[in-house]
Amino acid sequence: MPAILEVEDLRLHYLTRLGKRVQAVDGVSFQLQPGEILGIAGESGCGKTTLVSGLMGLLMPPLHLSSGAVRIAGRDILRLPPAEVRRSVLGRDIAMIPQGALNSLNPTRKIRDLATDVILAHDEGADRRAIQERLRERFTRIGLEADAVLNAYPVQLPAGMKQRVVIGISTLLNPRIVIADEPSSALDVSSQKAVIQLLFNLLDEGIVSSMVFITHELPLLRHVAGRIAVMYAGQIVEIGTTEQVIFDGRQPYTRALMGSMLSAEPGQKSRKPVAIEGAPPNLGEPISGCRFAVRCPVAQPDCPQRDQVLREVAGRHVRCHHAH
Amino acid sequence: MKLLRHLLRSPGFLVGALLLLATLLLAFLPPLLMELDTSRRAGLAYMPPTSGRWLGTDHLGLDMFALLVSGLRSSLYVGFLAGIVATVLGTLIGVYGGYKGGWIDDVLTACTNLFLVIPSLIVLILLSGSLQEGRSLTLIALFIGCTTWTWSARAVRAQAASLRSRDHVALARINGYGTLGIVCLHILPYLLSYLFMVFILQTASGILTESVISMLGLGPYDTVSLGNLLNQAIRNEALSDGAWWAFFPPMLLITVIAFALYVLNTSMEGVFNPRLRK
Amino acid sequence: MPTDTPCFEARNLTRAFGHGARRKVAVNDATFTIAEREIVSLVGQSGCGKSVLAKLLLRLEKPSSGDLLYHGRPIAESGDPRAYWRDVQAVFQDPYAAFNQFFTIRSQLKACFRLFDRRPPEGEMEERIDQALLAVNLRPRELDGKYPFELSGGQMQRLLLARIFILRPRVLIADEPTSMVDACSRAGILEYLMKLKEELSMTIVFVTHDIGLAYYVSDRLFILHEGRIVEQGTPDDVTQRPTSPFTRQLLDDIPSVHRPWVSRVGAK
Ligand SMILES: Nc1ncnc2c1ncn2[C@@H]1O[C@H](COP(=O)(O)OP(=O)(O)OP(=O)(O)O)[C@@H](O)[C@H]1O
Ligand SMILES: Nc1ncnc2c1ncn2[C@@H]1O[C@H](COP(=O)(O)OP(=O)(O)OP(=O)(O)O)[C@@H](O)[C@H]1O
Ligand code: SF4
Ligand SMILES: [Mg+2]
Ligand SMILES: [Mg+2]
Repeated sequence: MPAILEVEDLRLHYLTRLGKRVQAVDGVSFQLQPGEILGIAGESGCGKTTLVSGLMGLLMPPLHLSSGAVRIAGRDILRLPPAEVRRSVLGRDIAMIPQGALNSLNPTRKIRDLATDVILAHDEGADRRAIQERLRERFTRIGLEADAVLNAYPVQLPAGMKQRVVIGISTLLNPRIVIADEPSSALDVSSQKAVIQLLFNLLDEGIVSSMVFITHELPLLRHVAGRIAVMYAGQIVEIGTTEQVIFDGRQPYTRALMGSMLSAEPGQKSRKPVAIEGAPPNLGEPISGCRFAVRCPVAQPDCPQRDQVLREVAGRHVRCHHAH
Repeated sequence: MKLLRHLLRSPGFLVGALLLLATLLLAFLPPLLMELDTSRRAGLAYMPPTSGRWLGTDHLGLDMFALLVSGLRSSLYVGFLAGIVATVLGTLIGVYGGYKGGWIDDVLTACTNLFLVIPSLIVLILLSGSLQEGRSLTLIALFIGCTTWTWSARAVRAQAASLRSRDHVALARINGYGTLGIVCLHILPYLLSYLFMVFILQTASGILTESVISMLGLGPYDTVSLGNLLNQAIRNEALSDGAWWAFFPPMLLITVIAFALYVLNTSMEGVFNPRLRK
Repeated sequence: MPTDTPCFEARNLTRAFGHGARRKVAVNDATFTIAEREIVSLVGQSGCGKSVLAKLLLRLEKPSSGDLLYHGRPIAESGDPRAYWRDVQAVFQDPYAAFNQFFTIRSQLKACFRLFDRRPPEGEMEERIDQALLAVNLRPRELDGKYPFELSGGQMQRLLLARIFILRPRVLIADEPTSMVDACSRAGILEYLMKLKEELSMTIVFVTHDIGLAYYVSDRLFILHEGRIVEQGTPDDVTQRPTSPFTRQLLDDIPSVHRPWVSRVGAK
């Protein structure tokens, strides 16, 4: 099957006010198949949110494209004029649930009005009555209590419900791809579960076709994603199926992520989670050699000199020349 | 910078800014280029416009153009001063109440509401009526400012109250900032663009209010203002004499300034608000 | 190890917002004691009142009724709030909202020295800030001249933690301090935090939905539900032998890599 989304050697940088260049995404490639959920995990500041901006074609200063392409159904959205991206790509081809969206809803307007705006923004002539019907139908279909939710103001909803409403609104236009940036990190476990359930409903109902799920919590992806990409310092360091990455990670950073998991199980209290000291490299300066070298628990003498490339190891791709 | 570019792309802002610029030029440029005398008679009463006297003369035979330019300056002065007074008063009261909350907020809100239900125009008319000679431009402006701040107080209070519960204010508190520090450093900066809009609206309403009371003959004493010109024109039968040049230009100017300011305000709202929501 | 001296004591502590029909009781009749040097975690669903309870402990909210004592004295009456905040410090929940967007990060970190009547000399302040940034895995020089919106969510969260390393308080109230950082950084930060705790004999109140974290670090867990503390006990008691149905619900909903979590109906 042809990929629904193709990312080809994408590089993105920020130009700061002080004229510095921060290479936040540095050579990311992957393909998203129809029906798939791809998980992206990684440390804070490794460029996940920046990558999302790139995938959405939202390249606004200070963020700039260095090189690469993002193709949706063969069309490179990074080379389209911004107005065209806004008109025909956002919301229809690809939609995003932004990080921290929970708290960004305009508090002075009802959910109903916020949702109506989304539809009107894409279809000015739409009939008001028909829109209301459509909203009811959609909210019910994805498992939300349409009447209660639509008439509420954002502040009246608990955080978990608010997040589900954000997702409901973002997917009103039946986007083919949904990108969820840390949609559940701020929520308690029960709300997390409800949010994931909702995302599954969207796929199962055929409202969306594929999904990219971004989080810093690798274990969560076990239940969500079919494939997982682990990012470190602007690059993918391991990409493979969920089973491969979670239970049999080959890249040292992936293994450390799994090793530092904390769980509420007897005996876990005395176990010492793997902590890796030090900070990831400064993305504002050119980097050579393995980016993980200064923190890698199994680093070899040649690691800081050798630039790492993704290569196939045990059926997945790994950016570490010592992995086997 | 990005904001400025956004603004320059909004047609409302361009129209408003150009109109405002034109009125400012009209107010301040002519006195530099030619001699304008508002006390010397330039001809007979109500002489129609000619190529030498662009706007004819008024009922005393004074040059209408000179009067208009000088009246415009007075009106702008009153408007801006009243706008500043109303914005500052409203902001102080609104921000303090909104940030403090509790009974202080209740008292300040009650005060604001009290001022809001008192029809400010009537108070102004009574105030101006009771003063005769002392009605200077500045005094009138202060009166207007002191009676119209309620609107900005309410608007600002709501904004400050919503900022109050933000974590950055809590952080400032546990960093040891006092009320004054928090209001000035952690609340006002977030309201700057909003306050600017409030100021523009208050200025527009200041100019309109001044024209209304002046038209009723209660405006600044012994000074030319756009409202005063209208008042003179009405009192001296410019209408029945068909001397349109005596009342039409001041009327037009008042409308143009108010329109320009309102358009500026709405266009800025469109640009600022998405950021505010963030 | 926790001592027997109480640090906080709450009796029938209640905090309600609004009046009449819109009255909302965020913390309802809570009675508890937190001992000095103890680590307590508040766990519960979102909206159950964790953050409000944290703000009560921080003297940022006033109780509607009931008593809240810090070292035996009612919090609201213990004189100079700055002295209180030198003792009791916080990490806030939403890192995006916790910094003022108009000032650089360094100047905001430096602002916490305001709490001291005699500020250390400039050089020492800079030095302490750099140390604190290193403790939370941030590069000091990378942040020079930067504003909060130029950082990622997790980086801002670590800045909030850096304040704690600068201020070295006796009590830390941490509201979801690591919800946006990855597991490796979290483990590193916790390690530093525990070292600091030992060094300063710190008392810590964690607010979290991460039961794994709560279980790992705390001496006791409080489970909150709709403003009430429905269960308190040692981590093992609470997770192995929960008595409240709300606790059981929370435990069942934890995503674990080893057992199924959300079931998927499958594509239609
Ligand atoms: N406006 C900006 N100007 C300069 N640098 C920026 C800007 N925004 C982000 N960065 C930098 O780019 C890098 C990537 O940031 P990004 O927000 O993509 O991280 P992230 O992976 O989403 O992290 P998190 O999990 O914490 O959200 C970070 O190092 C950050 O400091
Ligand atoms: N300033 C306020 N005014 C009115 N209601 C409030 C206020 N602060 C909190 N509440 C209400 O109190 C309740 C508890 O809120 P709180 O923020 O403590 O929840 P929480 O347990 O921290 O949730 P989360 O995990 O989402 O952070 C919520 O229902 C909230 O709406
Ligand atoms: S290349 Fe070396 S330093 Fe880099 S991850 Fe592999 S072993 Fe570690
Ligand atoms: Mg992010
Ligand atoms: Mg909270």
